[in-house]
Amino acid sequence: MTLILLFLILPTLIIIPMSLSTTSHLQFPPQGLTWMWYAAYFSDPDWMAATWFSLRIAIATSLTATTVGTLAALAIVRGDVPFKGMLHALSMGPLVVPHIVLGVALYLVLSPLQLTGTLAGFLIGHTVLAVPFVVITVMAALQRLDPALDLAALNCGANRAQAFIHVTLPNIAPSLASGAVFSFLASFDEATVAFFISDVGGKSIGRKMFEDIDFNLTPVIAAASTVVVFASLFLIGFAQLLLKAESPQIQTGEHDQ
Amino acid sequence: MNIVASHRRQGPLAAIIRPRHASRYAPLTSWLLAFPLVATFATGFLYPLSKLVALSFANGAESYVRLLEDFLYVRVMTTTVATAAAVTVFCILLGYPVAFAMTRLRGKAALITAACVFIPLWTSVLIRSYAWIVLLQRNGLVNDFLQSAGLSDQPLKLLYTLGTVVMGMTHILLPFAILPIYATLRTLPPDFARAAANLGAGPFRTFFSITLPLSLPGLFAGAILCFVLALGFYITPALIGGPGSMLMATLIGQQTTVLLDWPFAAALSTVLLAVALLIVFLFRRALSLSKGFHSVH
Repeated sequence: MTLILLFLILPTLIIIPMSLSTTSHLQFPPQGLTWMWYAAYFSDPDWMAATWFSLRIAIATSLTATTVGTLAALAIVRGDVPFKGMLHALSMGPLVVPHIVLGVALYLVLSPLQLTGTLAGFLIGHTVLAVPFVVITVMAALQRLDPALDLAALNCGANRAQAFIHVTLPNIAPSLASGAVFSFLASFDEATVAFFISDVGGKSIGRKMFEDIDFNLTPVIAAASTVVVFASLFLIGFAQLLLKAESPQIQTGEHDQ
Repeated sequence: MNIVASHRRQGPLAAIIRPRHASRYAPLTSWLLAFPLVATFATGFLYPLSKLVALSFANGAESYVRLLEDFLYVRVMTTTVATAAAVTVFCILLGYPVAFAMTRLRGKAALITAACVFIPLWTSVLIRSYAWIVLLQRNGLVNDFLQSAGLSDQPLKLLYTLGTVVMGMTHILLPFAILPIYATLRTLPPDFARAAANLGAGPFRTFFSITLPLSLPGLFAGAILCFVLALGFYITPALIGGPGSMLMATLIGQQTTVLLDWPFAAALSTVLLAVALLIVFLFRRALSLSKGFHSVH
């Protein structure tokens, strides 16, 4: 048991001593501690450009995926359309299509339009990849929410939009926010599709890491990875807090599905 | 219940702007809500994939014939399936005990176990593959340890083999096996196991005749998830695999980045896509996708 858990966690933790070690390959016990790889990461224009580019992509993706995903979740759970099942299946599609296949396919479309390596190109690809996470989280929140609350608002004279803004939205807000965090990470951590739709002018941090691991293995990668891991864990912790904040309000009403 | 019935207007237009049931949105509203998703997926998902499939037939079926006639490519396909199967088996064997423990542990131990499962899940695949390189390279930690312990005289070649790829992929996909199994185990009423114990079954008998059979749906879902994800894995085999461990995904990568044979790469991708979709379609009920993935969060 303990061995399996160590197998799971150790390779992730090993990058921390690696990033602080004075030698360029990891030794145990470490020869000495240094911040120089972090300094190298933060002062390298290439790494910084890739990091900022990825941050911009991830923020934009998070906004679009959360909007598109939430609206779709509303249509699937509360809507009155035929082919609901197909709509749901479509929104889950990117989870089952191998990322390399989607990467090649997106390259075929983006390349002739000269959209590889651009924010717009990445935004399209990463939004598609991130939407399932939002749909799953928001659908779950909507199914937990008693539809009678909405009916009560309508009965009190609210129209659909008012009922949504004053009743439904506040109740699903924590799930919506955690969906936004997950889609941010789904974009920022994404490497396979990014590998294909990056180019010399516009590289995501995933592509930059891939190249560095493949060609010049230095502890700068470990320093960059450590920064990314801690930033990701911080965000995930934040999302978990949001989801916890929602749980006392869980409604036990009949499901509308 | 039918609140709006009294002031519902008649006619075809009313049918799309008025909901049939007060707790649902009207058809028109529903379509408008679904539209952004349909539009995004049409441009960023369905159109690119159809373009890919079309490109694979650019020279007729030539690419596919080449794929089936060349022994080398057939071997890549069988290696891919065998690797994915091996990874799936390892994930289930290692994942089941962890999932089982997660339902039994309380307090600090439960927290640590959950951290060990979730932290890797939300760490980039790149970073975890890089960690394996650091550990297994010629002057890496594992080789240092083996030599200082006197188990080996010279550094062993641990990287760039198929075995390493299987291990690295198992490491990355393990949480995807653990979570669906955990989700099923958690819903089993403890009364069943207690009843079995009451009837005189020992812990082993209870586990094998009660708990294990009842958790099979979760196990099955985890296995399918691992298998499908393993089939299309690119980053890990590309970084820690070698020429001897060419898989479908790395072959596609090589065709597109080195050989620039796009129609052939498209044919390979189409085969991979078809296999993944076929498996998900066949096992869609066992998978009940959204459930399995929701436990990921």
